[in-house]
Amino acid sequence: MQDNTLLQMRHIEKRFPGVLALNGVDFTLRKGEIHALMGENGAGKSTLIKVLTGVYQMDGGQITLDGKSITIHSPQDAQSQGISTVYQEITLCPNLTVAENMFIGREDGAWVRHKLYEKRADEILAKLGIPARSSQQLGDCSLAVQQMVAIARAVDQKCKVLILDEPTSSLDDKEVKMLFDLMRNLKSQGVGIIFVTHFLEQVYEVSDRITVLRNGELVGEYLTEQLPQVELVAKMIGKELDELSSLKEAPEGEEEEKEVFYEAKNLSSSDAMPFNFSIRKGEVNGFTGLLGSGRSECVRAIFGADKVTGGSTFIKGKQISVTRPIDAMKSGIGYLAEDRKRDGIIAELSVRENIILALQVMNGFFKPISRSESEAFADEYIKVLNIKTASKETPVGSLSGGNQQKVILARWLLTHPDYLILDEPTRGIDVGTKLEIQKLVLKLAEDGVSVTFISSEVEEMLRTCSRLIVMRDRHVVGELKGQDLNQEQVMKTIAGGEAQG
Amino acid sequence: MEKTKKIYNKFQSILLSVSQWIGSLTDTQLLMTITIFIFFAMYLVAMATLGGGFLHAQQVFDMLNDNASLIIVSCGLTIVMIGGGIDISVGAVTSLVVMSCVLYLNNGGSLVGSILLALGIGLAFGLVHGFLISYLEIQPFIVTLAGMFFARGMTTILSVNPQKAAHEGLAKLRDTKIVIPWLGYVAKNGNLVPARVEIGVVVALLCLIVVFILLRYLRLGRNFYAMGGNQQSALMLGINVKRTRFLSYLISGLLSGISGYVFMMHTGAGNATNAAGMEMNAIASSIIGGTLLTGGVGNVAGTFFGTMTLTTIKKIVVASGLNDPWWQSITTGGMLCFFILLQSVVLGKRAKKKAL
Repeated sequence: MQDNTLLQMRHIEKRFPGVLALNGVDFTLRKGEIHALMGENGAGKSTLIKVLTGVYQMDGGQITLDGKSITIHSPQDAQSQGISTVYQEITLCPNLTVAENMFIGREDGAWVRHKLYEKRADEILAKLGIPARSSQQLGDCSLAVQQMVAIARAVDQKCKVLILDEPTSSLDDKEVKMLFDLMRNLKSQGVGIIFVTHFLEQVYEVSDRITVLRNGELVGEYLTEQLPQVELVAKMIGKELDELSSLKEAPEGEEEEKEVFYEAKNLSSSDAMPFNFSIRKGEVNGFTGLLGSGRSECVRAIFGADKVTGGSTFIKGKQISVTRPIDAMKSGIGYLAEDRKRDGIIAELSVRENIILALQVMNGFFKPISRSESEAFADEYIKVLNIKTASKETPVGSLSGGNQQKVILARWLLTHPDYLILDEPTRGIDVGTKLEIQKLVLKLAEDGVSVTFISSEVEEMLRTCSRLIVMRDRHVVGELKGQDLNQEQVMKTIAGGEAQG
Repeated sequence: MEKTKKIYNKFQSILLSVSQWIGSLTDTQLLMTITIFIFFAMYLVAMATLGGGFLHAQQVFDMLNDNASLIIVSCGLTIVMIGGGIDISVGAVTSLVVMSCVLYLNNGGSLVGSILLALGIGLAFGLVHGFLISYLEIQPFIVTLAGMFFARGMTTILSVNPQKAAHEGLAKLRDTKIVIPWLGYVAKNGNLVPARVEIGVVVALLCLIVVFILLRYLRLGRNFYAMGGNQQSALMLGINVKRTRFLSYLISGLLSGISGYVFMMHTGAGNATNAAGMEMNAIASSIIGGTLLTGGVGNVAGTFFGTMTLTTIKKIVVASGLNDPWWQSITTGGMLCFFILLQSVVLGKRAKKKAL
């Protein structure tokens, strides 16, 4: 077994200001194996990959390739040493032909011998079973084929280690199968493949070994067939319950009797598969699942943030049409987006201006909120939510993450929504603020506001939600409430029924 | 009945093979094909309806004689645009070259010296533009706008008044014409008027061929396409993007220098308003010829037909009796708009088909 080792990374350390992103991680790749690298967001997967491809320089540790110790300075350097990466977004030129994409940047001489390259490209494509013509414009090929062309380029560069970073996220089932066939083909030729993905089922379909990372540390390396899905999920999420006491009182039985506030039937959007969903008045429920399982896409569809493609939505039993966020807002729905920087704050505007933004939009721009009014609103919410800011005119960008989040919360609370969707409201903020936000969610529910809460941390959801909708690989796979609301059951459902615990 | 069905089937199969052929083209080839098709269609319509000059080969040669320098700068601009950039200084540089060379010749300079001066000025502008844009990463629009103002200003400083070249060698060059008798026509008085082509046209066609080969068969040329198609990818594919971009502006500058010299051979005089608006005509030619402003798609053969299309439409406007200059501008504007719409519709349809 030992002489089969292709790549060995020992005690890799990588520091960023204030964070230890990788803490003594070991990783071993053998010849002719597909090795899945797993971990939740922030676990250190991508940092490890970037160290290996020379995007980042490691702060400690050792990398050996084929028994020789190597240092990697840049992506080009990695490539010339036989480590190639194919990224999720395709790094080829869509306006050039397939053959050119395979050879550009590494030809000799000043002339381009189109015919020769096309012939060689066709040979490689045929050998790897990639359904493309070498003279075809790359942009005319499907995404899967484009990805395969990128792989073919890497293979032709005599790569020993091939890193596939989320290669399947934009492919359909048939294309994924094609890609897997290619991966198996390469594996039989002795290439070591590192497969980074968040699709559990794909890991079990194609990989031989799994390495799990969590919080920048190695959890372990396992043979795929010896690691049941439930255990994998448990290892990825981690079982440590944190010390915070349970916030929620015993589940209230009377919730069932409350009227349904919002209901979606077969709702689908450009990014979300059709799903059914409903929430009662004053209920707190949540979508859970691993990153990329489609939980954010579902709530974005509810809010009209993505293009809605089908299904119907009802508020208090009355059908409404939500195609744009403003429709949802007028129906009393608020949505705190997952990506605070992109979809949330406007960093250059002041705290006050950020707070009144949603209300202003709902009022329309011909009915401006007066200065004194807006100042009163800002003062009120800075106090209620305990926002730590120098003044209400401070640009939001200079606040800490947690306080920025509170500002956006204030923005939505000001519109007095009947239904508030919070997508990862506690990501990247300190424990104290997390607790405050959780308390606030429960308080809102008491006041009759329906809340949908999404978080990567299962414990947090268990504390706040009375009902959990579980998603896996873009489909709703279960709904848990009452007795079933516990960590083990959630993980079992996330991992899927076919896994034996 | 049977026969019509047969014809119908035949027609269907032709349509199918045409659509297959179109599907096999790259974006660049498709857009160029459209332009060439429209140019010939337009010219044939003009021949049929307006007759007159359009029936003589000299009409085409006049269009070439008058636009040789425009063709040359358009080639340079096409390179820059394929690389995802823009160079709006080309007209002003052309003008500066004309004025400098005329003054140099009038003050006892030699012909060879004037050619070197023209190339030198062009290269100098290309060098500075390329350096600022690729190595200091300043917006190409801003840099070449500054270059444009600078070159225009320099032209006026050299001479506010028009300067006529009084150099024997240049006069000889200007009057040397390639005579093609068999393409001529018999005038009303019975004399044969042979077709005449200026030297500048030969220079322009040479530039066209060289740039065509560069873009199609040289590594550097393909790197321009890669850079314009996706800069990040080009970098990951191992292309030296900075140097490639620098060279695209350098070539454009050099071609502006050549264009200036050709301009001088055509007019024989320097004037501060020479080649006014030429950069805009060059951009229009490139776009009509199928070069996308977003980069990565384009071809100088298309650009050549773009220039010819633009010129033909102007000729048609004049021949139709709309002599006021604004009619030319209005039709040029309409034409450009039409081509851009057509391109986005065609490319949009393609992208949609691909997605399915």
